[in-house]
Amino acid sequence: MKQTTQRDLFPGALEMMILRTLKHQPLHGYALVQQIKRNSDDLLQIEEGSLYPALQRLLKEGFVKAEWGISSTNRRVRTYKLTQAGAKHLEREVSSFERMLKGITQVLAPGEL
Amino acid sequence: MNWLRQLFSRKQLSELSEEIQAHLDEKVEELVAAGMPREEAVHSARREFGNVHLIQQNSREVWGWPSVESVLLDVRHGLRALSHSPVFTAVALLTIAIGIAANAAVFSVVNSVLLKPLNYPHAEQLVALHQTAPGAEGLADFESGLLLSPSMYVTYSEHNQTFQSLGVWIFGTANVTGMAEPEQVRTVAVSDGVLQTLAVPPAIGRWFSQVDQEPNGPRRAMLSYGYWQRRFGGDPAVIGRNIMLDSQSREIIGVMPKGFQFVDKDFDLTMPLAFDRGKLILAGFGFHGIARLKPGATITEANADLSRMLPIWMDSWSNGPGSNPHIYETWRITPMIHPLKQEVIGNIGEFLWVVTATIALVMLIAGANVTNLLLVRIETRQQELAVRTALGAGRARIIRGLLVESTMLGIMGGIVGVAFAYAGVNVLVAVGPSNLPRLNEISVDARTLAFTFVLSVLSGLLFGLMPALKYAGPRGSSGLQSAGRTITVTRERHRARNLLVVGQMAIALVLLMSAGLMIRTFVALRKVDPGFSDPQHLQLMRISIPSLLISEPGRVLRTENVILDKLAAIPGVKSVGFASEMPMEGVDSEWDEIFAQDKVYSGDVIAPLRMYKNLSPGFLQTAGTRLIAGREMTWNEIYDLRPVVMVSENLARELWGTPDAAIGKHLREFENMPWHEVIGVIQDVREKGLQEKVPEIVYWPPLVHNRFDPVLRTATFVIRSDRAGTESFLNEIHAAVWAVNSNLPLASVRTMQEVYDKSVARTSFTLAMLGIAGAMALALGIIGIYGVMSYTVSQRQREIGIRLALGAKGGDVLQMVLRQGTKLALMGVAIGIAAALALTRLMTNVLFGVTAHDPLTFAAVSSLLIMIASLACYIPAHRATLVDPIVALRYE
Repeated sequence: MKQTTQRDLFPGALEMMILRTLKHQPLHGYALVQQIKRNSDDLLQIEEGSLYPALQRLLKEGFVKAEWGISSTNRRVRTYKLTQAGAKHLEREVSSFERMLKGITQVLAPGEL
Repeated sequence: MNWLRQLFSRKQLSELSEEIQAHLDEKVEELVAAGMPREEAVHSARREFGNVHLIQQNSREVWGWPSVESVLLDVRHGLRALSHSPVFTAVALLTIAIGIAANAAVFSVVNSVLLKPLNYPHAEQLVALHQTAPGAEGLADFESGLLLSPSMYVTYSEHNQTFQSLGVWIFGTANVTGMAEPEQVRTVAVSDGVLQTLAVPPAIGRWFSQVDQEPNGPRRAMLSYGYWQRRFGGDPAVIGRNIMLDSQSREIIGVMPKGFQFVDKDFDLTMPLAFDRGKLILAGFGFHGIARLKPGATITEANADLSRMLPIWMDSWSNGPGSNPHIYETWRITPMIHPLKQEVIGNIGEFLWVVTATIALVMLIAGANVTNLLLVRIETRQQELAVRTALGAGRARIIRGLLVESTMLGIMGGIVGVAFAYAGVNVLVAVGPSNLPRLNEISVDARTLAFTFVLSVLSGLLFGLMPALKYAGPRGSSGLQSAGRTITVTRERHRARNLLVVGQMAIALVLLMSAGLMIRTFVALRKVDPGFSDPQHLQLMRISIPSLLISEPGRVLRTENVILDKLAAIPGVKSVGFASEMPMEGVDSEWDEIFAQDKVYSGDVIAPLRMYKNLSPGFLQTAGTRLIAGREMTWNEIYDLRPVVMVSENLARELWGTPDAAIGKHLREFENMPWHEVIGVIQDVREKGLQEKVPEIVYWPPLVHNRFDPVLRTATFVIRSDRAGTESFLNEIHAAVWAVNSNLPLASVRTMQEVYDKSVARTSFTLAMLGIAGAMALALGIIGIYGVMSYTVSQRQREIGIRLALGAKGGDVLQMVLRQGTKLALMGVAIGIAAALALTRLMTNVLFGVTAHDPLTFAAVSSLLIMIASLACYIPAHRATLVDPIVALRYE
């Protein structure tokens, strides 16, 4: 296993990214992964499959809705869409994440601020 | 809503796999489009996606529903594990099966007797019109309270506001003649309202109508299903036929359905009471009242309604010219209605709960043994569990697997147990006390099966919980290291097992204590002088001479006298006699006011009610009832209507101080009845059963001047003979009676021993149940302590070897092991005594002649248990002394 080179995401990070990505437009699973990868400039190595448990969790919480439809490449796919509750959740998460990030950065580079 | 959620999540799951597949396909196509060979693209897509199976499982678990497959996997795994150790499985299964069988059997009894509603439509509305009369001396002490008089029934049924319907009934016997052989049948006579209240439609034909209840109306009867089958082969053409009942022709108008009973009474025939309104008086308290409450009416309201009607009753009727109808105010008659179900099951509830608790305790002991087995087994599986943990199985997953395994053990045990329970219930119904109410309704039904299933699953879970929690957890990793080589067992492992043994000992002590108390009760009952002797050589039968057959009282008595003479002439008969009933026969006794000549009764007080019986000369000698003072009456005195009477010892003491003082005193029942001289005093007789209060009794001659019915028409004939109960003897008895009058049937032909056994049946049944439970508990407890000590010794072999090598004597080792075992037993006994002190108090009602805290029983049972437990420890202890140090040290 090449786990040494790969850093796990912290819990909730993937969900946050999914919600953020879906805020622009509804997407199906595969497109969602590609979008996240592209946006992160492939810095984050996400196991593509790990998207699905995260999507299930969001579905259960009611943060996203899912609908079967036909994709641009003419496939039967399930498209995910952000709900209002999901948008609110995203706001909360992002602001708390920013606070946390700020804290971590301060600790890591105390002199530079 | 769980099933809905499950359905929903199922759908989710299939959608998920479709979605994942689509994802992979899209990826592959994109890679292929970019120029990658298809095969490589498939691999690459998979690699980047990750473990599809794991991801699916994780996604499912989001919905909180472990996948069916993973539980099935656990089941398969569990089955395999169980089949790997067949001896363990068999022993555990059998233990659980026996425990569950006993519980299922007892539950089916509790369910059928206590929980199921009575077999009537809307049975919850049915009530028994019970009433007490604390002011009516003599009567108030007995359980049945004050029954209803016909005039009360009429008043209640015409003036009540809380009942839909209401009626009175009385149980009796009648002679059926005109068929092959005369037969005495059980009858229930009903007033209007009884059938309407019970509301069970006839199987064929119709109910009695208003016309049938008129005193001079048509004479009609209905049959029970059983009698219809037995006598008429279930022929529907029986409707409209006539039957000779007590020498009176009655038209059969209907048949009640199978299983129908009047409250708790089986019967053969029922007929209308047909009260003559014009002749009713206030008195005549001999009828059972039943009623159906209006919907919404409560028992309290109904009681108030009845209380309100009592003055109306006293104002509406009289006891004859010159009598004061309000004299009954001194009786303080109080309506005490209770649900009909309570009337049927009586105080059996307490007895059944005792049995239920007992059996549940046995289950706990059995469970402790199974838990112990599981503990031992799981220890030997430490390595397997450690490997599974190392391979990534979570703690929860392992616990689940172990619980699934023990639950399967429970369910399999339950299946075997149900088979045992079926057999057990059949035995129970066969040997159960016949005075157990609703005995014929007892069966293993759906509710019992559901109960058994729940019990099986719960016990499986419960027994498996302790081992699973103990061993699946944090110790998992150390298992890999230590499982191979154990030096001594950790204290912690001991504690669980020791706790179980202490618990088992405590429960066994409680059960043995209850059994011990029952044995003491039984011994005490055996010592009670019932008022008769040598019951197995006492032949009984009941003969009834209806007034339409022989009306003149003197002739009735002469017929009875001739029957006695014929019976006495049968070879092997020592003596004969008859009385209105034998003790414990369960015949409703008769009561009336009795006045003593030398006592003053103020005009407004009714004299105490006394039970009365009639006796023939020779009865006392035949039954073995002792005469305390004075003499018996003679046939001549009886035929001459000489006013003589005998009384029971307790009545003599109450009225005149001593039995001797009673001789020569005078008694009477009615104003215009001559004063009767007391010529004899008879020992107290346990009329109502060995455990019941002894009633005061007046013994009239069988023929009394100026009474309502001056002669005893229905009597129990008693024959003292060594041939009692044999078939040839019974044939000769029949012949003797029919030689006198061929229209006389013999009823209730049995020996006094049968009557006696039936009367103590509940006690013997309780004794048997507790005895069996106690024996099971003892055996299981002993196996438990023996198993634990053996295991401990085998685990400590190495330690013992070192001790011996260092110079310890065999005796020291023996003592060490014994001490450990005995300590456990002693702790169990101490806890058991404390528990028994609290629990045996619940048995007070079934005990007799011994207190619930009888020190002798406590001491005996405790020492017995400690002794046997020590013995059980001795074998493994002795084995420990045989340990060869060399072998032990090389062991493992």
